[in-house]
Amino acid sequence: MAKGKPWLEPHPHGLYVKPADLWIDPSRPVERAAVTHGHADHARSGHGAVFATPETLAIMALRYGVDVEASHNQAFGYGDGFERGGVRFSFHPAGHVLGSAQILMEYAGERIVITGDYKRRPDPTCAPFEVVPCDIFITEATFGLPVFRHPPTSQEIAKLIGAVRAEPDRCVLVGAYALGKAQRVMAEIRAAGWDAPIYIHGAIEKMCTLYTAHGVDLGELRLVSETDKEDMAGQIIVAPPSALNDRWSRRLPDPVTAMASGWMRVRQRARQRMVELPLVISDHADWDELTSTISAVNPRETWITHGSEDGLLRWCELHQRNARALHLVGRDLEEEA
Amino acid sequence: MKAFAALIDRLIYTRSRNSKLALIADYLKHTSDPDRGWVIAALTESFDFPAVKSAMVRTLLATRVDEELFRLSRHFVGDTAETAALLWPEPNKLLPFRGRVGVGVAGQLEADGPTTSREGEGGLTVSQAVEALSSATRATAPAILASLLDRLDADGRYALLKLALGGMRVGVSARLAKQAFAQAFDVPVDDVEELWHAIPPPYAPLFAWGEGQAERPDLADVAFFRPFMLAHPLEDATVDLADYAAEWKWDGIRVQIVHGGGQTRIYSRGGEEISAAFPELVAAFDQDAVIDGELLVRGDAQGGEAASFNALQQRLGRKTVSKKMLAEYPAFVRVYDLLAVDGNDLRPLPWTERRRRLETFVPRLADSHFDLSQVIEAADFDDLAERRAGARDAAIEGVMLKRRDAPYVAGRRAGLWYKWKRDPLTADCVMMYAQRGNGRRASFYSDYTFGCWSDDGELLPVGKAYSGFTDEELKWLDKFVRDNTVGRFGPVREVEKSLVLEVAFDSIHASKRHKSGLAMRLPRNARNPRDKTAEEADRIATLQAMVT
Repeated sequence: MAKGKPWLEPHPHGLYVKPADLWIDPSRPVERAAVTHGHADHARSGHGAVFATPETLAIMALRYGVDVEASHNQAFGYGDGFERGGVRFSFHPAGHVLGSAQILMEYAGERIVITGDYKRRPDPTCAPFEVVPCDIFITEATFGLPVFRHPPTSQEIAKLIGAVRAEPDRCVLVGAYALGKAQRVMAEIRAAGWDAPIYIHGAIEKMCTLYTAHGVDLGELRLVSETDKEDMAGQIIVAPPSALNDRWSRRLPDPVTAMASGWMRVRQRARQRMVELPLVISDHADWDELTSTISAVNPRETWITHGSEDGLLRWCELHQRNARALHLVGRDLEEEA
Repeated sequence: MKAFAALIDRLIYTRSRNSKLALIADYLKHTSDPDRGWVIAALTESFDFPAVKSAMVRTLLATRVDEELFRLSRHFVGDTAETAALLWPEPNKLLPFRGRVGVGVAGQLEADGPTTSREGEGGLTVSQAVEALSSATRATAPAILASLLDRLDADGRYALLKLALGGMRVGVSARLAKQAFAQAFDVPVDDVEELWHAIPPPYAPLFAWGEGQAERPDLADVAFFRPFMLAHPLEDATVDLADYAAEWKWDGIRVQIVHGGGQTRIYSRGGEEISAAFPELVAAFDQDAVIDGELLVRGDAQGGEAASFNALQQRLGRKTVSKKMLAEYPAFVRVYDLLAVDGNDLRPLPWTERRRRLETFVPRLADSHFDLSQVIEAADFDDLAERRAGARDAAIEGVMLKRRDAPYVAGRRAGLWYKWKRDPLTADCVMMYAQRGNGRRASFYSDYTFGCWSDDGELLPVGKAYSGFTDEELKWLDKFVRDNTVGRFGPVREVEKSLVLEVAFDSIHASKRHKSGLAMRLPRNARNPRDKTAEEADRIATLQAMVT
């Protein structure tokens, strides 16, 4: 093992892989970036070359106009990778959103895994997380407090469908992050047997099309802007969280405001957002997932990138695990959790 | 416990009054005794279990959860009961992933198992919880609470801890609960109000009567509440003083004092008992009678007369009162009606007759704490209007007009009682900040903070208005806010200081809480945005001259 001289340097705006002269999820434009997934706090525009999964590259192309065909950008499927400066990089499923990956780096006999964002529970829209053994495990900690225990997703979806059926003159407006959460909620609704059209806000239309093109069946989707108000009574509407209390929502028939997020676990949080129907559905690992994953990976060291670092650090301390917090900047936890 | 937990969970997220009523009514209809009685008591007055306090809950948690993790979590959640409910380990249930991790490198962990409920048959009921908590002593409380928590899921634990610690904060007043009861069993809300305080929780006889399985409970020898007779605003009408008697409308709080069955109780307008806040009145009221009057605080400035509402506010909402409070803000009641005396119900009698008896009754009370509200001897309506306009007493809010031949009937009946408030004060203020409203107004910036100019030319907030706007005006104002936003602080938008609103308010008082040193009572929009520039808005000094 390459003890002594660190070859991976944590900086406030990202992780720098020194021998390869490459950044991971940098929050500002760099020459070479490996990107774990398409959320804006991990994938930025303006990099010279991007290394990512094909799905993540497609999402970056849609959001930032990254040229997928350009030869300096390279796509790698799960299990695949590349070598640069003596470092072997490979991509492994993280279970967070479509195309999300953990990145495994091997150099001089040492293995480092960076999870990006991840979760452990089933998600019909993306490949499940894989436990990749390593020496240093770099994990997120969005829900790094033991109060966060997400209930079974099926239970939350049942709550949603129950609310629509309970008041057929109204509609249920679900606030869900435009990339990942929105499509997952739709796929889960389908899995629960809801086959009526789902009405969507224009801002998520393209991402839904992208998911469908990658083989995720979302059923029939219709645009709210092209539908008469009365036709949406008794229906499910999906929109980005910012639209929930926006003027846009006035075109809906007396909506019940719902929000799909791990933060909904805390009642006062849900109330602050004026949510009537909180749905605890998250694309991030909850406390049990975080801690059990660290146990399963069983690394020599755990590095914590962002979220409630203090809680997870304390857990590591209680379980005699070496751990440190990296304090990365620019991670936006509120919207997409 | 499960149905109770579901109910409070729904109530937390429900903002509309009608939906709250429907939720509670539905719960009362579909839950059996005594659970529903305990629950409604918990929702309205919050129990007191002396042995169970939040410090004790924190100590108990420390035996199950790392203290540092509890501290971090409590800091994030902001509420001890909720933090404890979420953190309490589930002893009968393996954590979803335990025993499966490390099975295979690529194996996905199954999280979505069937929903486990430990509250099927033989589950914990609300009454069992109440019984256990009431029997707890300081020594036994931790073990008792722990065993209860062990039998519940996270939502159930939240409900239990809220029940045990009080402070439910689900926006349900005693009045709302009574209305829900009336709605659930289709009985008159006036009857519910009368019976409510006469029967202790869990109210079994009340439910039996509501469901038509028993007679209306007998209220002899109980200090029960009589629903108040209420007034309509007079608006632009006039009345003939031959038919109506006029009295001053006092700016205190309306109370009913009831003596019966050896007990004296003071009820507020909403039918909530407030005896504990005014022990001197309870002690001084020693007659077998029921009076209706205005509770006021004596003001030094007015030479022993009633002080402004601001002084009275110091005495409201207290569970105990210090000697200092009693001395600084002495309370008294200005009596204006007599509902019962010496065992006789006077409510069916006309006002003239009740008034005659009231005048002979009031001298039986200690004049240190009770006086008679005088009838205004006006020659005619115009004379009355003139007296009303000239009244500048801080405690006078306007004039009451009571039909001379009317009995005392519950609620607001047309043509019997009118209130004729003094014209409101107004000021031209500049809109400073805006926030979105609730419910139907959730997408509109409908709550405004407005300010006036200090001597140094600084705009200082003087109040906040939520009402008085038509839908059209609201639309216009919403657009103004969006087009003129200069800053955002969470949900609050700061706007360009250019729009002048005419704000009406009942009175204005000195307040240490605001930088302007002023607080308005009942501010609301008086008129459409004014055709004035911000510089022409009123100055703080002008408002200070209106302080009472």
